[in-house]
Amino acid sequence: MFRAVFRLSASGARSVVRSRPCYSAPVASRCYSHGKVESDEEFDARWVTYFSKPDIDAWELRKGMNTLIGYDLVPEAKILDSALRACRRLNDLASAIRILEAVKDKAGPHKDIYPYLIQELTPTLTELGISTPEELGIDKL
Amino acid sequence: MLRLTAGRVGSLLTRRATAALSTSSARMASHEVSETVDMSQPLYWDRLDTPLPDRPFKDIVSAADKSLKQKEKGPWSQLTKEEKIALYRLMFCQTYAEMKKPSSEWKTVMGGIFIFLGFTGLVVWWQSIYVYPPRPRTFDPEWQAKQVKRMLDMRVNPVEGFAGKWDYEKGQWK
Repeated sequence: MFRAVFRLSASGARSVVRSRPCYSAPVASRCYSHGKVESDEEFDARWVTYFSKPDIDAWELRKGMNTLIGYDLVPEAKILDSALRACRRLNDLASAIRILEAVKDKAGPHKDIYPYLIQELTPTLTELGISTPEELGIDKL
Repeated sequence: MLRLTAGRVGSLLTRRATAALSTSSARMASHEVSETVDMSQPLYWDRLDTPLPDRPFKDIVSAADKSLKQKEKGPWSQLTKEEKIALYRLMFCQTYAEMKKPSSEWKTVMGGIFIFLGFTGLVVWWQSIYVYPPRPRTFDPEWQAKQVKRMLDMRVNPVEGFAGKWDYEKGQWK
């Protein structure tokens, strides 16, 4: 399985966006001596499950997104897909667009992450009818 | 006995204190009081690291907003671009682009710095004319020349330093 690692910070952050499929993924290196280290797949699965809750409420969506954006990584496409579907269940289009904006901002100077994520999410975006910030013109001033 | 008097003094003081407080608050009430935010309610704020704040920006009040919110419950592909933007603006105040917009504050800061530096320069100049004492005569070139001659005659630092750099045979600097 190809997994690419995009180091967002020097401390070996657990990053989860594939961009160049020729690096092997080391497990996130932390300094705990004996704590169990969560793998990238476990992290992703946990978050996908969180947003996939069928009766997720607005508070949980907000809390989940704000926490996820607080981490030193850009979330994987599958986590965002799950979050966007949660927005759909909550009938909240504005939050869905906001999530896309936040993810673009998280990528920071790495300009190729966001287009890749949009490319991965395009089926979901068309299925749910979510416009990207670029399509609405709100990414410009 | 002591306790009684202390108690009396205490009560006197508190009465004076409350009197003072009430008069001062009465005075304050006649001026403008700043708006207080109710921190016990969910607040809205635009922050890059908090994409979804605790509450929407605007409350849904008008009939047009209400019908738009109803339409939002259906398929989103049926919403026009303007409706989507309207829904966004109902929920949020600034877009990420607007939040990240650079301000010209640095120009004000640098300008202020230079103004104060310039003013300080003017103050120093004025001081050099009106405040400083007269220039000591030890700065005059003639005095300086005599001072150098004296130092050389004394052989100040003759090995590596001052007199060491003077060529005594030729009478010039090496």
